[in-house]
Amino acid sequence: MAMMAASRGHADTATGAPAAVVEPVARKADDEGRNPGCALRLDWVADVRVNRAAAERRAATVITRRSVKNEAQAAWLVKAVTCTDLTTLNSDDTPGRVRRLCGKARQPLDPDLQAALGLDDRVIRTGAVCVYHGMVATAVAALDGSGIPVAAVAAGFPHGLSPMRARVAEVEDSAAAGASEIDIVISRQHVLRRDWRGLYDEVAAFRAACGAAHLKVILGTGDLKTLRDVARASLVAMMAGADFVKTSTGKEGVNATLPVALVMARTVRAYAEATGYRVGFKPAGGISAAKDALAYQTLMREELGRDWLEPELFRIGASGLVSDIERQLTHFATGAYAAGHRHAMP
Amino acid sequence: MTVADYFDTMDYAPAPESDGDADAWLQGHADGFRLFIDGGWRASAGDTYMTSVNPASGKPLARIAHAGSADVDAAVEAAAKAQPGWQRLGGHARARCLYALARLVQRHGRLLAVLESLDNGKPIRESRDVDIPLVARHFYHHAGWAQLLDHDAELGQHGPVGVCGQIVPWNFPLLMLAWKVAPALACGNTVVLKPAEQTSLTALKFAELVEHAGVPAGVLNVVTGDGETGAALVAHPRVEKIAFTGSTAVGRRIRERTAGSGKALTLELGGKSPFIVFDDADLDAAVEGVVDTVWFNQGEVCCAGSRLLVQEGVAADFYARLRRRMAALSVGPPLDKGVDIGAIVDDDQRRRIAQTVSAARDAGCTVWQPDGTVPDDGAFYPPTLCTDVATTSALWQEEVFGPVLAAMTFRTPDEAVQLANNTRYGLAASVWSESVSVALDIAPQLQCGVVWVNATNLLDAAAPFGGYRESGFGREGGREGLFEYLKPRIGPLVDEPWQPTAPTGRAVDRAAPSGIDRTAKHYIGGKQVRPDGGNCRSVTGRDGRVVGDVAEGNRKDIRNAVEAARKAGAWSATPAHGRAQILYYLAENLETRRAEFAERVVALTGCAQPVAAAEVTGAVHRLFTAAAWADKFAGGVDAVPVRALAVTLREPIGVLGVAAPEEAPLLGFASLLAPALAAGNRVVLVPSQVHPLLATDFYQVIETSDVPAGVVNIVTGARDGLAETLARHLDVDGLWYIGPSDGCARMEAAGSGNLKRVWTNHGRAVDWHDPARAEGLGWMRRASQTKTVWVPYGA
Repeated sequence: MAMMAASRGHADTATGAPAAVVEPVARKADDEGRNPGCALRLDWVADVRVNRAAAERRAATVITRRSVKNEAQAAWLVKAVTCTDLTTLNSDDTPGRVRRLCGKARQPLDPDLQAALGLDDRVIRTGAVCVYHGMVATAVAALDGSGIPVAAVAAGFPHGLSPMRARVAEVEDSAAAGASEIDIVISRQHVLRRDWRGLYDEVAAFRAACGAAHLKVILGTGDLKTLRDVARASLVAMMAGADFVKTSTGKEGVNATLPVALVMARTVRAYAEATGYRVGFKPAGGISAAKDALAYQTLMREELGRDWLEPELFRIGASGLVSDIERQLTHFATGAYAAGHRHAMP
Repeated sequence: MTVADYFDTMDYAPAPESDGDADAWLQGHADGFRLFIDGGWRASAGDTYMTSVNPASGKPLARIAHAGSADVDAAVEAAAKAQPGWQRLGGHARARCLYALARLVQRHGRLLAVLESLDNGKPIRESRDVDIPLVARHFYHHAGWAQLLDHDAELGQHGPVGVCGQIVPWNFPLLMLAWKVAPALACGNTVVLKPAEQTSLTALKFAELVEHAGVPAGVLNVVTGDGETGAALVAHPRVEKIAFTGSTAVGRRIRERTAGSGKALTLELGGKSPFIVFDDADLDAAVEGVVDTVWFNQGEVCCAGSRLLVQEGVAADFYARLRRRMAALSVGPPLDKGVDIGAIVDDDQRRRIAQTVSAARDAGCTVWQPDGTVPDDGAFYPPTLCTDVATTSALWQEEVFGPVLAAMTFRTPDEAVQLANNTRYGLAASVWSESVSVALDIAPQLQCGVVWVNATNLLDAAAPFGGYRESGFGREGGREGLFEYLKPRIGPLVDEPWQPTAPTGRAVDRAAPSGIDRTAKHYIGGKQVRPDGGNCRSVTGRDGRVVGDVAEGNRKDIRNAVEAARKAGAWSATPAHGRAQILYYLAENLETRRAEFAERVVALTGCAQPVAAAEVTGAVHRLFTAAAWADKFAGGVDAVPVRALAVTLREPIGVLGVAAPEEAPLLGFASLLAPALAAGNRVVLVPSQVHPLLATDFYQVIETSDVPAGVVNIVTGARDGLAETLARHLDVDGLWYIGPSDGCARMEAAGSGNLKRVWTNHGRAVDWHDPARAEGLGWMRRASQTKTVWVPYGA
């Protein structure tokens, strides 16, 4: 396991000064390689610098520097499907609606289409199904035997302003109900007030409440506004034991953006280089077009590398994306533009 | 590979841009491209051709006419014939033509981008997303200038220069064409363009577009060829202006060859630009900045930030991040949309790069290149990081023009500035710090024409671009760039030859001494200094009798004076208000001694008393005008199309030599000194050889006016010899010389050593008495250079 630089300038230098080492928190590793978190390192948090103009330039050009066409594009889009957390988070959700969604999660691509792509021997399913706590049991039942994890949003989603006791209980309840992934929201005020200790303790509490379930930490980046705060919040969340950092609830005014994704990806990389633990990234909200998915994938591949294109380390929170990808794949396979009504709705 | 294969590897697939249209166009010219002269296409007089090669494959692309001097003659004649009509068309009509060119470039953008990548080897992403959009933007912007020129208070006082010879390099063939052609045409000039021999294709395609833009015949002519063709253009007597982008060595040669010709000159030359990373920078952003500067266009960029200066505490971290990023750069076929680094322009250049790197390795540098694949065929070279580089290393000092970064550490902001400025060049710099206080403190201290804060290679038609020091002179882009293609309708020079001022007598008789003997010494570093040689020379008055003695200056006196001026750097950083106060104080103290100075003018020149009085009055006026301008000639904000503050600063040239005229012995040097000081220069003044006593009298005015030591230095003696020492001095940044034609030519040639900004009267007489000619904005421009500072921002 690589124990490398924790923050700028702490890498081993030509003078042979020892590298700073980040000690993991004494937490029982639930499964191999899972981020155990580490002590809160305020010096590292303070060291974080993000230049917005430069981040925007990189985000704009990272996707024009690479081109994915034809067979490769089809493969990347299918991969995006397998990384999608197929999501419904609406006030009118019902068990019937959730079961329909789960059906789509099991078979996101039409079998004929999958065969036409030469992928009939592959199991293609979405990365997870993501629902509110009240729908967890329904989803778990509907996905039984599929291997598709159920993700539950929790901890006072979407605003995170419920009593802490209730938020923790919700995490525990969802995990108990069979959710193997918990998407929690942070109290944005901890970030806005620079209460990094408060943020750390909060996320650590949710991590403890998760047990074996994996913890995705939603930052609500649209509320945080500045990229430096996005980076600092990401870092503290990882120190507190996040398995994934996630951009948005889908309910903020601004959802996932490429500059935000860039900054979070770079923070994931810095954390991995310092601790040896690889944390996943999940953009969510407003990603509904196939080309958006390709943009995020390209950014992952360029900034984090190949491993961050698999569902273990990359998810896209979306509801309509799979349908658009299906249409694009149909066009690739048949040469004819597709019609939405010919594909099974989620 | 199948979908399933890609599903497992998640690799990128090759994504070649189609070259079908480009190929069809090239096939249509399979019999060879001809020269575009006087609105038509003609074979070269010798019917000779060169071959243009695709550097990515080594295969020939096209046969291109090789223009000889007869062809250059024909092109220049056509341009000369077309110029008056083009000027008479008026700004609006020219604006319509430039607008049409902008639209045509956009309409043919894809073809132009593919041609550029085929010919030069640069990645299609760059030609598509950078070069061609900037070309169109340049024509749009200058269509606007054409429209506005006649109605602008300052620009409207100017007219075109005439026939412009423009020589562009191979690294940004069409973009450099646009930077030169657009302002030239906007201002009413006509052009003979010589593309680089390696990369003529887009210029030829552009000439076809010109045919469809309503541009009259002869306004733009394209003569393809090699260095000989360029030399013929430079030498042509009817060419009034040479604009050149290319190497410093060739730029220096052009300076020498045009010396004394009266040709205006813009030189945009080489660089070894610093890329400074402070420990509070966004390091990942800075890494990407390095990618965008030294691995952009294969590093074949004059303003490439090829010298990395990184604060010591973060150096190891930064190098590690760089290496990781470099491993993800793709080197390959330029037409592949997923390629970051294409082909080097030709195999000769690739070999030069390889030799430089191998010499650096032999010299002890640590050379790092990623393991990635570099195509075997074609002129490819991998991205390269060199650490453990010494300041003495050629890699640190000389332009590589390839994807090679040399890195070094610094400890403090001061040291960063010293290392950054430790170069003969001065084109651009990049400063990375999240502290705006730090970045904006560093930017003005860097000796270069462009500074990017937390960015690099931001370019726009509205923002001036150009160099300090041996990176050349003149600006391209924005309002500043227009002045390179304009001349004032009423300038300091009049249409008569300069006349020497003969001494009024034989220095034999000496007037009876009155009072205590006084021998004027040099004035150096705020002190009256005896001449190094221990000699003096006699000065004769109007009746031919000796009226006094001045020090006989020699090379060492000049050396000492330049040293004193170099040390007085604080003057250049003094706020303009402070400089203005001192100029007013000079005026005040001169005014107090008005009668004495007037009397001295009469005694020396024999002029009538009112003429002498007018000289004193004029000198006071010059000082007042310069003082007035000091805090108003302040640059401005450029309207660039990105979220950035782009500011054009006025900075002094530095140490300025001034060889004052023989005529108007007080007013002449006052007219030169005043704007030079107002702009913040430190001056070494060689006064009138015939009438030096007014300058030596003047240092008593200087001494009583709080002028800091070393800001004005006066060395008397044999004027042209001393001026030539100044011209050759490598620590003198500029020289103003008034004298005979051959003297002007000598100074211009001698100044080429460090490419100093030499301004002469081109052998013509100067009207020192008319304030419209002898003072004002034009002089402030002459006394300064601009620096464009880009500060992108975002909370």
